[in-house]
Order: sequence, then structure tokens, then C-alpha cells
Amino acid sequence: MTVKIALSDVHKSFGPKDVLRGVNLEVETGQSVVVIGGSGSGKSVMLKSILGLLTPDNGSIKIDGRETVGMARNSRADIDHQIGMLFQNGALFDSLPVWKNVAFRAIQNDGMNETDARDLAVDALKQVELGPELLDLSPASLSGGMHKRVGLARAIASKPEIIFFDEPTTGLDPIMTDVINHLIRDCVQELGATTMTITHDMTSVRAIADKTALLYKGEIIWQGSTEALEASDDPFLNQFINGLAHGPIEVEGQQLDTAPNAEAI
Amino acid sequence: MNFLATIGEFFLAFFAQTGRLSVFVGQTLAAMLRPPIYFRIIGQQIIRIGYFSLPVVALTSFFTGGALAIQIYYGGNQFNSEAIVSSIVALGITRELGPVLGGLMVAGRVSAAIAAEIGTMRVTEQIDALTTLSTNPHKYLVAPRVIAATLCMPILALIADIIGIFGGFVVGTQSFGFNAAIYVQRTINFLTVDDVTSGLIKAAVFGFIIAMMGCYNGYYSKGGAQGVGRATTNAVVSASILILAANYLMTSLLFSS
Ligand SMILES: Nc1ncnc2c1ncn2[C@@H]1O[C@H](COP(=O)(O)OP(=O)(O)O)[C@@H](O)[C@H]1O
Ligand SMILES: [Mg+2]
Repeated sequence: MTVKIALSDVHKSFGPKDVLRGVNLEVETGQSVVVIGGSGSGKSVMLKSILGLLTPDNGSIKIDGRETVGMARNSRADIDHQIGMLFQNGALFDSLPVWKNVAFRAIQNDGMNETDARDLAVDALKQVELGPELLDLSPASLSGGMHKRVGLARAIASKPEIIFFDEPTTGLDPIMTDVINHLIRDCVQELGATTMTITHDMTSVRAIADKTALLYKGEIIWQGSTEALEASDDPFLNQFINGLAHGPIEVEGQQLDTAPNAEAI
Repeated sequence: MNFLATIGEFFLAFFAQTGRLSVFVGQTLAAMLRPPIYFRIIGQQIIRIGYFSLPVVALTSFFTGGALAIQIYYGGNQFNSEAIVSSIVALGITRELGPVLGGLMVAGRVSAAIAAEIGTMRVTEQIDALTTLSTNPHKYLVAPRVIAATLCMPILALIADIIGIFGGFVVGTQSFGFNAAIYVQRTINFLTVDDVTSGLIKAAVFGFIIAMMGCYNGYYSKGGAQGVGRATTNAVVSASILILAANYLMTSLLFSS
């Protein structure tokens, strides 16, 4: 197995706030890695660092063995071209209809004509089980679940080798969550893509992960297969996967492991 | 001690802003010169920025031309007013009021709209999405708006000139009983090409400032809806102040020699 994405000792701070404090993570070609971690733990910052949207203060991020930290945007054009990204809130362009969103890269970069671009959009929408009646709608008129699915269609439309999903199921009902999880699973298998998914939803972990990594306090403190995850007795991991308020994990802005009523109010 | 620290912080923030703005302008100029150039988006922006600003600019300059005529008539020597009103209205409108008031009105409309649009794209990660889809936001978002505004403002100013002079003409002939043919003749005789072109050059610079401030403030907005609101306000305020400052500078450069 070759390593597709390798992060080593990645640091990122915003002012006095250290968000990433030495992240080490490898993703193999064709592997589906899921990163879990509490809200505000820096999951999106990590993804944006890999995408080159944020520049790490320190450390190395290699894609296909090429160092990307400090690379100018236009010298990483070929890397960008093989990456698809589903943003946390979809990030569809609301000035463009659905089909121009889905076929955006093809239209802008490859100069694809309108007919081909619409066909491409129809195909990509079909992969996320949406019909062609959506093509001319504006993103603002889509429901949350459809918005996510159109975002997913845009991410996979150019058949990328690497796909990132930032909280693909957050804010969706359980049925739509299951639909999205299966779509991700199927799309990935069909494309043979390498993926990294960020979530705090354990059903997503079970549905799509080959490997799971837990990000806590700016570091990956645990990683392993899904079986190892279920079997693990790591107290941090247990607290997270069972969704417990009490345990070793410090929730931002709150101290939960002090006994309740310890002090008079 | 604390006072010094505050001053220091202020200047640091000021230089940081200026530096960031300079880099932003540089990136935009680079994006404007290198292909791809998105002609379709430039066209759309010309309609949004130029065409839809027509009513605002026309009304502003009509009333300004009228008011100017009244001021000159009653403020000046009424005996010789027929000659003075037409020439000063023409001069004031073409050199100063047409481009400056037009610029300020368009700043209010367009800087705000651009900052709100690009700011919303920033906070909803649409700008990040553009980048990951291999599209340079400076080329796709900023450059077309700056090009469109820089092209449109001189045309708007020219229209403002004509309508402003017409406003003075209406007041002069209707309220003060000036002879229409003589008024027109005097205006034409008095105005030089330089009066008009100096105003149009100013207007082009104002157009650049208007779009640039809208894009810059939107591009760096953060913190959700409130941040976008702040970006919108800052865009209008900074564009207006820069227009007035640039106007002073250009007036002293264009007319001192
Ligand atoms: N551009 C930024 N500027 C300043 N702080 C940021 C920025 N992006 C993220 N942060 C901070 O970094 C922390 C981690 O954010 P994020 O990665 O979005 O969390 P999550 O794990 O929920 O995705 C948060 O506290 C956030 O406030
Ligand atoms: Mg996030």
C-alpha cells in the first residue's frame, strides 16, 4: 500500500490559540479514513491545511509524496485537480444554478460546453440519487439534505482521486444521514478514491471508515481500524464514541469532570 | 504608558491593514492582466454596477445642477447672472460634482452590494470552494467587478454631466427666465474638452476605488452575519473617504499646472 496523504508534525495557531499541535496522520491509497473529534477541536483547520487554504505554521503535508506546505497555488494546480471537497455547509455558489455548480470545474477549467456540462451534471446528480429536475434550480431553494447531496455531486463530478468530506451528515435527520453515508460509501467504491471524512457521528464512522483517528487538543491521540475502535478501552475514545459528558475529555469552555453539586451555588 | 501602547497598537494595525490592502490590490492587478479573463462575468457586472446605477446618478446630478443654478443666481451678481449661471454650473458639474457625487452615490450602492456578496461567500466557504475547484477568486470575483466599475464610472459621470447641466438649464430657463438658446450656446462656448475629460479620469479612479473597497472588505470579512454587516459598512465608509481624498489629490495634480 502506498501512502497518498501524509501529515507529520503539523502545527497551526491563530494568535495565541494553538489549534493543531503536531498532527501525524497517514492515509493510504484507496483508504477511507475518518477523523473524529469534538466541535472546535481543529478538524476543519486540519482539512483546510491539506487543501492549502490555510498554511500550517510548521510541519509537512505530502500528497503523493510531494510536499505541499508553502507551495504556491498555481504550482499545485495538478494536485487540486485530483481533489474533491464537500464543505461543512455545502458551500454551493448561490449565484449559479445547480448544474453550473456541479459542473463548475469542467466549465471553468476545461472549457466544457453547455450541453456536455449539463450531461455531466445529470450523471453526477444521478450518482447521488437526484433527478435532472433539479438542474435549473437555485441552491437557495434546496432543502438541507438536497444541498448536501448537490455538494457531494459537485465533489465527485470530476472523478477525483482524493475526496474530503467535512461533516457530511451534521444537521441531517437519521434517515438522510444513512442515505448520505451510503452515497459516500458507494461513490468512493465506484471511483476507487482515497477519502478523508470528518465527523462526530458514530454511525458514519461505522458505515464508511477503514481507519478512524481521534483528534483531541490538536493531536491525533488514537488511530486504528473500526474493529479496534469497538474493542478499545481507551478512556478518551470510549467517552467520545459513547457520547458521555463525563470523562477525561475537556469540553471547550466547560469543566465537566468535576462532580456536580460539589460547590454550593 | 498605556496611552503609548494604544498609539502603538493603532499604528501597527494601520500598517498591517495598509500592507494587506496593497497585497490585495497587487493580486487583483495581476489577475486582471493574466488570462483567463472572464468576459461574461465582466458583462454581468457592467449591467449590475453601471446600468442599475443610472437612475441614482441621474437623479442626483439633476437636482444638484438645479440647486447649483439657484445658489449662483442668488449668491452672485444677478445683473450678470445669465452668463455666470450657465458657465459655473457647467464647470462645477463636469469638473467636480458630476464625478464626485456620482462616485459617492455609486459607492453607497455598489461597494455595499459587492462587500455583502463577497463577504457572504467568504463566511459560507464559497471562496474556499472556488479555490479548491481550481478557480482563482481574484480572477473570478474581484477582477471582473473592478474592471466593470472602472469602465462604468466614466460613462456614468458623462451622463451625470449632461443631466446635471440640464438640471441647471431647467432651473435657469423656467425659474429665472433665461433664454434657452443663449444658455445652451454659452455652456457650449464656455466648456472645454479638458473640463470634461478631467472629470471622467477622476470617475474611472473612483470606480476602481469603489469596487476595490467592496471586494477587499468582503474578502476579509469574518464572523458570520455580523461580520458581513461590518464589512458592508466599512466598504462604504472607506470607499467614500478614499474618493474624497483621491479627488482632492487629483484636482491639485490636474489643475495646478
Ligand atoms: N480562520 C480562522 N481564524 C481564527 N481562528 C480560527 C480560524 N479557523 C478556525 N479557527 C479556530 O480554530 C478552532 C478549530 O476550528 P475548526 O477546525 O473549525 O473546528 P472543528 O473541529 O469543529 O471543525 C476554533 O476554535 C476556531 O475558532
Ligand atoms: Mg468543522
